[in-house]
Amino acid sequence: MLKELFYYLIYPGFLFVAVAGGFLSFFDRKITAWVQFRKGPPLLQPFYDFFKLLLVKETILPAKGSKITFLLAPVFGLFGATVSSVLILLPLLGIKTGFTGDVIVIFYLLTIPSLTYIIGALASGNPLAAIGASREMKLILSYELSFLLMLIAIIIKGGMSISLYDIINAQNTGNAFIGSISGVILFIVSMFCLQAKLGLVPFDMAEAETEITHGLFIEYSGTPYAIIKLTKYIMLFTLPAFIIALFMKGFNLTGIGILWTILKVLAVVLILTLIRNTNPRVRIGQAMRFFFIWMNLLAIIAIVLIFLGY
Amino acid sequence: MGFKEFCFKKSLFLFHFGGASCNNCDIEILDCLTPRYDVERFGMQLVGSIRHADVLLVNGSINRKDKVRLLELYEQAPKPIIVVAIGACGCTGGIFAEGNTFAGPVDKIIPVDAYIPGCPPKPEAILAGIVKLLKK
Repeated sequence: MLKELFYYLIYPGFLFVAVAGGFLSFFDRKITAWVQFRKGPPLLQPFYDFFKLLLVKETILPAKGSKITFLLAPVFGLFGATVSSVLILLPLLGIKTGFTGDVIVIFYLLTIPSLTYIIGALASGNPLAAIGASREMKLILSYELSFLLMLIAIIIKGGMSISLYDIINAQNTGNAFIGSISGVILFIVSMFCLQAKLGLVPFDMAEAETEITHGLFIEYSGTPYAIIKLTKYIMLFTLPAFIIALFMKGFNLTGIGILWTILKVLAVVLILTLIRNTNPRVRIGQAMRFFFIWMNLLAIIAIVLIFLGY
Repeated sequence: MGFKEFCFKKSLFLFHFGGASCNNCDIEILDCLTPRYDVERFGMQLVGSIRHADVLLVNGSINRKDKVRLLELYEQAPKPIIVVAIGACGCTGGIFAEGNTFAGPVDKIIPVDAYIPGCPPKPEAILAGIVKLLKK
């Protein structure tokens, strides 16, 4: 019992992923600054932002919305992100958890933050938040199928096992999945799905600052907004960790392996940041077409290639 | 300086309210975000929603219609909020001070924490004002 609490709250769980996600968020902002020839924020900037919003700022409730739903939605989002991060990180750190089929559970848990953003935005009663929520819904509908097809392809490649631990083991005995043609195609698909899941620039139409002024989060201030920021930091660490588990042999925390592990995480986040800095925001219809036609097509081609043995 | 105040000063989110401006001050404010001046060094970000803002930048002369909106924005903002009046029009009214539609400089409508004069103030002046605000 105490061990599980430790897992969920401290080491692979809440505290660890929050701190790691904060530093990754700094990395993301710093790389963005360097790409734009700026100097960028100081190292602890994400933590300053978080504590300022949590401790200093006033929380304003919407007058004409559902107040309890508005306040509880970010909390449930944080729960979803934390539980999914624990379920992903335990197999990654080599701790065998007691159930198979966790890939499917993780797939559902990773959707929860986006869903709670939608619920919270609709509860605020702001028309711009409603536009953001409708866009986020369409975005979820478009990327989830590609993400699921990508997961199915990985499961087939890993010898029909639906346990993340077995998928990592299959790579450790053989080659990393990214070392094959189908693996590279699936990695491209997964990168664009991550971009949409994290709400980064080509697919950030749900929280577009310039047209609907933060859309989903427009009414949030103070503590609930701090919780949303924390959820975003956690997702920024969890999703790249998941991709590393699926494609790059997972983590290895012994000796020089620690360096390789950190480099893998930074490399995945670097790709996401560079995509975000070199692309304009697309319209929601373009995003749906992009995922429904091109990404699904790529994923299906990869599945066919896996059956042919590439 | 306590932990709360330290965090607040290290991460100020800016919200820009342009009154009946001639656009010069708006351009100079946006200059502060460009590579040459880069206020993100101090942890500042431009945000789109007043609910996220810590600093309300007001420039341009405030006429009767702007006054209503400025008051509404100030009430919508989560406290504590810092108000900065930028440019001659924001500080005193400038050449519009005698005008028919003019509704008083910013400090007659909402409490102002810092004034940055100039027509328009150079980005260096805005940065100097920010630094003074952070040291206060």
